[in-house]
Amino acid sequence: MTPAEIKEVILDILEDIAPDEDLSGLKEDVPLREQLELDSMDFLDIVMELRKRYRVQIPEDDYVELSTMQSTVKYLAPLMKDLQKA
Amino acid sequence: MPKDFLQGARDHYDCVVIGSGLAGLTAANTLARSGQSVLLLEQHYKLGGMATWFKRPGGHIFDISLHGFPFGMVKSCRRYWTREIADSIVQLKNIRFDNPMFSLTTTFNRDDFTRLLVEQFAIPAATVRAFFDTARGMNFFDDQSTTVGQLFERFFPGRQDVIRLLMEPITYANGSTLEDPAISYGIVFSNFMSKGVFTFEGGTDRLIKLMHAELLRSGVDVRIKCDVEKILVREGRVTGVRVNGREISARSVVSNSNVKTTIFHLVGKEHFDRTFCQDAEAVRLNNSSCQVYMALKPGEELDEGLGDLLFSSTAPLFRTDLLLSRNVTSRTFSFYYPRTRPGSNRSLIVSSTNARYQDWADLSAEEYEASKQDLVETTLDALAKYVPDIRAKLDHAEASTPLTFRHYTKHMEGASFGTKFEGLAVSRAIPQQIGGLYHAGSVGIIMSGWLGAMNYGVIVANDVDSWLMKTGSPQTSPTATVL
Ligand SMILES: Cc1cc2nc3c(=O)[nH]c(=O)nc-3n(C[C@H](O)[C@H](O)[C@H](O)COP(=O)(O)OP(=O)(O)OC[C@H]3O[C@@H](n4cnc5c(N)ncnc54)[C@H](O)[C@@H]3O)c2cc1C
Repeated sequence: MTPAEIKEVILDILEDIAPDEDLSGLKEDVPLREQLELDSMDFLDIVMELRKRYRVQIPEDDYVELSTMQSTVKYLAPLMKDLQKA
Repeated sequence: MPKDFLQGARDHYDCVVIGSGLAGLTAANTLARSGQSVLLLEQHYKLGGMATWFKRPGGHIFDISLHGFPFGMVKSCRRYWTREIADSIVQLKNIRFDNPMFSLTTTFNRDDFTRLLVEQFAIPAATVRAFFDTARGMNFFDDQSTTVGQLFERFFPGRQDVIRLLMEPITYANGSTLEDPAISYGIVFSNFMSKGVFTFEGGTDRLIKLMHAELLRSGVDVRIKCDVEKILVREGRVTGVRVNGREISARSVVSNSNVKTTIFHLVGKEHFDRTFCQDAEAVRLNNSSCQVYMALKPGEELDEGLGDLLFSSTAPLFRTDLLLSRNVTSRTFSFYYPRTRPGSNRSLIVSSTNARYQDWADLSAEEYEASKQDLVETTLDALAKYVPDIRAKLDHAEASTPLTFRHYTKHMEGASFGTKFEGLAVSRAIPQQIGGLYHAGSVGIIMSGWLGAMNYGVIVANDVDSWLMKTGSPQTSPTATVL
């Protein structure tokens, strides 16, 4: 997957998690938490979905990497580069 | 021959979940949705644990722990259960307090608490805002030495009445006291008192029925009357369970049984290292409860002005230790109108008080029965202040005690709300002691209550799923296991 595809995957997941939020204007480098009403359970859901859909494991210590869209894609790029987007 | 409640069960599962409280149910459902094979074992003949109900002749249905939960349940039910479950959650809008210090009604959200504190208690708006922001900003990693009492003293020095308003509902909700860490209060308070109090339309029986159906849809093998005797461990790893005399192997086990019971009875302390055992030994259980269940005659009505929840007390001062005393001066009344179960013509009242197991455990059989009857009578007397003709309208009344709660859920000392704060760290550390073994259930104050238990079930399911993937044999696809 390319970084652009990874971003799409994250947006897909966010759409499921926060169905009432408008994701079109999401800023790349601003923490997701400041733009969307996300709590710690929501971040856990992102982690669980990534494992369910792509078998990607994110250890608890790395959850901080999921702060912004930019940092998330950067963190996931090496883990997902050999995977096909579903 | 007795019925075999494990008939048709397989010899091996990815995960065995022991106990069907809300944490166990939600962990089981989450794991099955991730594609794991899951066996759910419940010792009682009903699912739900403390989230339960009972029926009495005449068609009365009493809910045990459906007094109210935070708004967050809507999201958790939508995500980890179903839309239908989430859509059945409705707000309870009339929450009342009546005690020698004040009488008031509130919608139990931040705006309304702010209004009351400013207008009725003459607290500056800025102080109220600072208090709410501080409570909301608290998280698990903050300093744990500040107590709830100190937190109040900082914002509302000397104001016993304000403390009572802000603390009494939480003490009822999870047994916490002024000596507990402020962060546990902060986390629960901001969950509970920011968006109001909610309930489940149709009652606990309907909720559990819907959850049961969803578990089956997700593929969980659900078994009642299956009392797990032992969690099996070999060379530091969990290998399965022994239940109803049969051994079932599993790559992981989630225990929803009480955390101390799990460690000391289901596993056995020989499997844990010494410091861990000391920490586990030191975990304090939370208090238990007494309840009185009162059903009105069919068609008899209650005035909705009574409210949905009433925190009533005749104690001049608010002291959390007094709330545990058998000499009851404070009660929470839940008023259930027919709308609780749409289509019904029943009105019911449940009175709850916090209680100590020890106060009830050592009574003789006669003393115990007499004390229960006394509890019913004194509760009816107290209720007469609000429903003057209660005895004339009454069809059925009975009481439960800490012994009742212990009997049905097997919680040590009938603990209603799991453990004090330190229980959470012990619960979380179990998998480091025994690979593949997890605990999910009321612990540490913040992980108790319907929402806390449910969310903790998800948090633990995530750990289990990750463990199963890490240690997994790659060839086990869902179809392969069915064959
Ligand atoms: C009187 C009372 C009122 C309450 N009111 C509210 C309220 O209004 N709102 C709210 O949010 N919360 C309330 N609570 C708290 C809430 O009900 C609990 O925190 C929550 O339901 C606990 O869920 P749990 O998953 O931790 O486990 P539990 O509900 O304790 O379930 C544990 C399950 O494990 C089973 N089990 C134990 N050992 C074994 C074994 N060896 N083998 C098989 N099965 C086993 C038990 O039978 C039980 O079903 C109340 C609690 C009480 C007691």
